[in-house]
Amino acid sequence: MRRLKRNWQPLLAGLLTALAAARLPLTLPDAPAPIEGGMTIALIILAAALNVVLTLGDRGHAMRAGVLFVGAHIPAAMLLSRLDGNEGQMSASFFLMIAASWLLAWGTVSELAQIEPRSSTARSFLRLLIPAIFGIWILILWEAVTRGAGIPFILLPPPSAIGARIAGSVSVLWADVQQTIFKAVLFGYVVGCASGFAVAILADRFAFLRRGLIPIGNMVSALPIIGVAPIMVMWFGFDWQSKAAVVIIMTFFPMLVNTVAGLGVAGAMERDLMRSYASDYWQTLIKLRLPAAMPFIFNALKINSTLALIGAIVAEFFGTPIVGMGFRISTEIGRMNVDMVWAEIAVAALIGSVFYGVVALVERATTFWHPSNRGG
Amino acid sequence: MSVTSLSVVSARKLGLTFETGDGPVHALSNVDLEVSKGDFVSFIGPSGCGKTTFLRVIADLEKNTDGEITVNGMTPEEARKSRSYGYVFQAPALYPWRTIEKNIALPLEIMGHSAAERGKRIERTLDLVNLSGFGKKYPWQLSGGMQQRASIARALAFDADLLLMDEPFGALDEIVRDHLNEQLLKLWARTEKTICFVTHSIPEAVYLSTRIVVMSPRPGRVTDIIESTLPKERPLEIRETPEFLEIAHRVREGLRAGHSYEE
Repeated sequence: MRRLKRNWQPLLAGLLTALAAARLPLTLPDAPAPIEGGMTIALIILAAALNVVLTLGDRGHAMRAGVLFVGAHIPAAMLLSRLDGNEGQMSASFFLMIAASWLLAWGTVSELAQIEPRSSTARSFLRLLIPAIFGIWILILWEAVTRGAGIPFILLPPPSAIGARIAGSVSVLWADVQQTIFKAVLFGYVVGCASGFAVAILADRFAFLRRGLIPIGNMVSALPIIGVAPIMVMWFGFDWQSKAAVVIIMTFFPMLVNTVAGLGVAGAMERDLMRSYASDYWQTLIKLRLPAAMPFIFNALKINSTLALIGAIVAEFFGTPIVGMGFRISTEIGRMNVDMVWAEIAVAALIGSVFYGVVALVERATTFWHPSNRGG
Repeated sequence: MSVTSLSVVSARKLGLTFETGDGPVHALSNVDLEVSKGDFVSFIGPSGCGKTTFLRVIADLEKNTDGEITVNGMTPEEARKSRSYGYVFQAPALYPWRTIEKNIALPLEIMGHSAAERGKRIERTLDLVNLSGFGKKYPWQLSGGMQQRASIARALAFDADLLLMDEPFGALDEIVRDHLNEQLLKLWARTEKTICFVTHSIPEAVYLSTRIVVMSPRPGRVTDIIESTLPKERPLEIRETPEFLEIAHRVREGLRAGHSYEE
């Protein structure tokens, strides 16, 4: 039973491959470029699966993962490379083999996840490798299904086409990134977060601001950005300034609310301690309450890093000069250039992740003392 | 005049009433007490007897509503503002983002000491509490007993003559507590500070104090003040001597007289 549990992916992969081999060839009867060598691919998959199940049954995770890795990726590469000219002309046999390779890749990841490396470099390598295999397989399946089954380009372009579009439009994408990210997002993010923080300090100092502003802040943060963006365009013009204004509105209140909450978390005993030193308001703020508030402030910085990106891109839908990520998305979708839209989405996702990642790294360095970060 | 000049804490008919939703609570009533320079005074009594509240009034963390109190001849507020006491809380209350060194430096930074002066004082106080070599550690890397010692070092760093300690060893196990009690006595002998020490442990109070103030609840008041007859030099074994047990017995009598053992 335990053996079956450990080997179910290669066993199932073997079964699917046997089915696929029985239903060769890989292409439909009237495909323009019929494929030879389907049997070779099937044999590679079978060999890897049987190898793992029979001879490597009780070996270590790394060994099994290695065989599974090779057994999954060589057939997958061979299958994908034969797609050219056969879009929409692949048979059930093709998809069965893709599924079988995917099962082996699944097996690879589950073996890798059980490795407990001793050295820290090996650990960080594994931490990158596992999600990388995961991500690559999303792309492989996406590619195989969209091209193999001939899904219309408009609905979902294959990743290879998106990649080619990114490579071919670097200058356009770069101009868009400069306009949207380096001007609207960064400016708006810095000003929005800084002013939210400054107002939080004022609200902390003056009770009337705290009582009056926070409820209104909650209301304003519920404002739909779709409604605010056109008004900002009316006020600040078509260029990036109006987008920065939208970003400021979106990032201001999360920072305000989080900072005010964070300033309240320092304990009574710690405050009494400061009082016993006859510490003044600013000393207590800087030496006790702000450090204690850091986890909250970083929470706001992380939330805002994604909000700022969304805000700037959506705001560009409402009028912009002829550059910018949101502008590109809204015009290219109108011209049915879906691959360009996806290219912008991919770039936005990448930048958003890097942005978030940088903030998270700074957070770990700054709030290393917090119980959730200790000992890491 | 010479008597008053030696008086560190002087309370007369001191009272404190908290107004709560269920009516007034008399945390302290009619407390008369003199603490002289160099005394080690323990406050003992059950929960709610006002011993911590009294310490907090001395520290100007609470305000009395009746009577008078002076600290070093000043009002508590003036005394606090002239940084005349160090306060040790029930928990170490060390800031986790600061190393032990930096935690001890905290009051020194606030009081405007130079970096060189801070360094000297950190070294000296770490030595006083036997924590030399642990200055670069973070509080959460140390045991509970070491953390509390660091918090004592922090209270000593700015050379206030009065040390207010609110059940500082209450959360520690008995073995660690014995050890820290012994160290505290040595430290008191070396520094000649005046110490006000709140505890709910009878042996601890008897072992440490020159005077024991027995308090009882509802309303919080002083029921007895016992002068210790023990010598200043006190090894841990002194706790098995008849003299020690006699004083402990008197403390227990005092608590019983204040109905502290009744539900």
